[in-house]
Amino acid sequence: MTQQNSHFRQLLAGVAAAGLAAAGPASAELVISNWDGYMAPDAVTAFTSETGEAAEMVVHATNEEIMGKLIASGGAGYDVVFVSSPFAEVLHNLDLLEPIDAGKVPNIVNLYPEAAALPHDPGNTFSVPYAWGTTGLCYRSDLVSPEPTSWNDLLHPAEAQVGKVTLLGTDRWLLAAGFLSHGFSVNETDQAKLDEVEADLIEAKKTMLAFDDTTFYSKLVSGEATLVHAWDGWCNYGIAENPDIKFMIPSEGSDLWVDTMVVMKASENKDGAFKFINYILDAKNHAWAAENILYKVPNKPAMESLSADMAATYPNMGMAPADLVALEQLRDVGDASRAYAKAVSAIKAAQ
Amino acid sequence: MRGHLAPHRFPEKTPRVQSPNTRSTLLMAPALLWLTALMVVPCGLIFALGFFRRGLYGGIEYTFTLENFALIVDPLYAGIFLTSARIAGLATLIAVIIGYAAAYAIAAAPRHRQPLLLFLAVLPFWSNYLIRTYAWIVLLNREGLITQGLRMLGYEGEPPSMLYTEGAVITGLVYNYLPFVILACYAPLARLNPELAEASRDLGASAFTTFRRVILPMTVPGIAAGAVFVFVLSIGNFITPALLGGGRFQMMGNLIYAQFLTANDWPFGAAISMVLIAIMMGLLTLQAIAAEKGAGEKREGADG
Repeated sequence: MTQQNSHFRQLLAGVAAAGLAAAGPASAELVISNWDGYMAPDAVTAFTSETGEAAEMVVHATNEEIMGKLIASGGAGYDVVFVSSPFAEVLHNLDLLEPIDAGKVPNIVNLYPEAAALPHDPGNTFSVPYAWGTTGLCYRSDLVSPEPTSWNDLLHPAEAQVGKVTLLGTDRWLLAAGFLSHGFSVNETDQAKLDEVEADLIEAKKTMLAFDDTTFYSKLVSGEATLVHAWDGWCNYGIAENPDIKFMIPSEGSDLWVDTMVVMKASENKDGAFKFINYILDAKNHAWAAENILYKVPNKPAMESLSADMAATYPNMGMAPADLVALEQLRDVGDASRAYAKAVSAIKAAQ
Repeated sequence: MRGHLAPHRFPEKTPRVQSPNTRSTLLMAPALLWLTALMVVPCGLIFALGFFRRGLYGGIEYTFTLENFALIVDPLYAGIFLTSARIAGLATLIAVIIGYAAAYAIAAAPRHRQPLLLFLAVLPFWSNYLIRTYAWIVLLNREGLITQGLRMLGYEGEPPSMLYTEGAVITGLVYNYLPFVILACYAPLARLNPELAEASRDLGASAFTTFRRVILPMTVPGIAAGAVFVFVLSIGNFITPALLGGGRFQMMGNLIYAQFLTANDWPFGAAISMVLIAIMMGLLTLQAIAAEKGAGEKREGADG
């Protein structure tokens, strides 16, 4: 706006750029940012030996962390980034994403038809889904009786479960549990409905053990908790340790979350970036995520290559894509994200 | 040149030479540069950020505004601030009582044993803060060591729920910051001239009166230093409430963390950070003034 502001902006941009320069190499080597452990440890080296493209993987802990860097640098310094779909929408709205050139990603045909028609990006014009799933209740079937059926079993648990339930603490999912229990959309932006859900979740605090985004499944295994709000893939980690643990989607429905791969417009090697996405979409490579981190991947031949035992042990791995996309996809809520953040602060601060 | 030698020759009577000379400036330069580049400048940038708006997608819109600072008095955020102050205040009170008693005991122990006792008091500092905090989770959780211990003793009821309570958060803070209080209180207690207490008792004061009228006033600067340390570190802490409070307690540190890392509202996060820094600086300044005054009184006492 004013002269002073623009100096300040330059200063900030300079500081941000210096930080980024230190974080990522400046060469034409591909820079791929992903969550730690979300793809095969040798994926990048295998990709390089297969295609001759030099590549390096960097990690981000959260969507917000990588978004901060991408927005500050205008996307410079990164080629392929893994982000959840609402954040891919934001990057697209900011015009930071390169349109996906399907001709350069022939393996895109491996995607389920449902995965090529997701509400956030029908036709995969700027994002390619990497993993998808839902959120529901993960519980000890030997300790919870009768079995849970509704979000209210989590928010207003039966006497025996009081103090033994955990909720996800991340804004979107915490509020989604409240929205769904009232029959609202998971992308609700009406302030009155948000207030109603806020009050309900404050009430739910009295009967819960803790907010937990990372160790809820081990609390189930130890018996510290008996019923937790969980992502399907993470519930599988509990099932792996105790077969009495089960996952269910409440009768009111749930959300569909999609983690995607995007190519930055600022990339200096877009062909290389598409080659990488194509490499991941190869059925064998994409199956790695399903086999090793127990998340569903939207890749038909990859899912069909899984052994039948897998769906027997982890029933949610066998969920049909049609059932998955029947759930409401989490979308970017724009300016309402501020109201979401305030509601979550109020919930967490309430005594 | 007269400057360096004067304090040695006239340790008590001559006022301390204040004017900095070339040598001390040179010696201080690296530390000053370090502090300027890595503390003052970043704090200035954060402070400036507080006057802008959050962009729609979490970036920064360079429009001047005071709304971030105004938002701090919003009942929600003011409430979080008061909760933090209460939790930090309770942790400070408990740490001071336990820490002072421990420091008193160490100072009263035979002189040759004191280094070992002090070493034991600071020993926990040698392990990582996170690990020390996780250890409390292992102890306190419903299926944790305390519950298992109770069960071995024949307890069969519902295990006590100790983790994820305000008590657990305060316990974690006290445990982690206690060594600061012990060290801060030990220094004046160890320096205390035992003859003063003897004189007080010879003059007919009871042990309690001696403590209250002689020992305690002389060690107040140590208590203040320890208390300010614990309070300042506690009020900005976000790891302990997150791990031991299970996210059920929102303190200033958690609010700042959430603004920067989940809400992507850097300007508001910057504004709260600045308020927190202002509180810390205010308290540290008060403590420094109190210490200076205490030292001044002592000097006068020694002179007279």
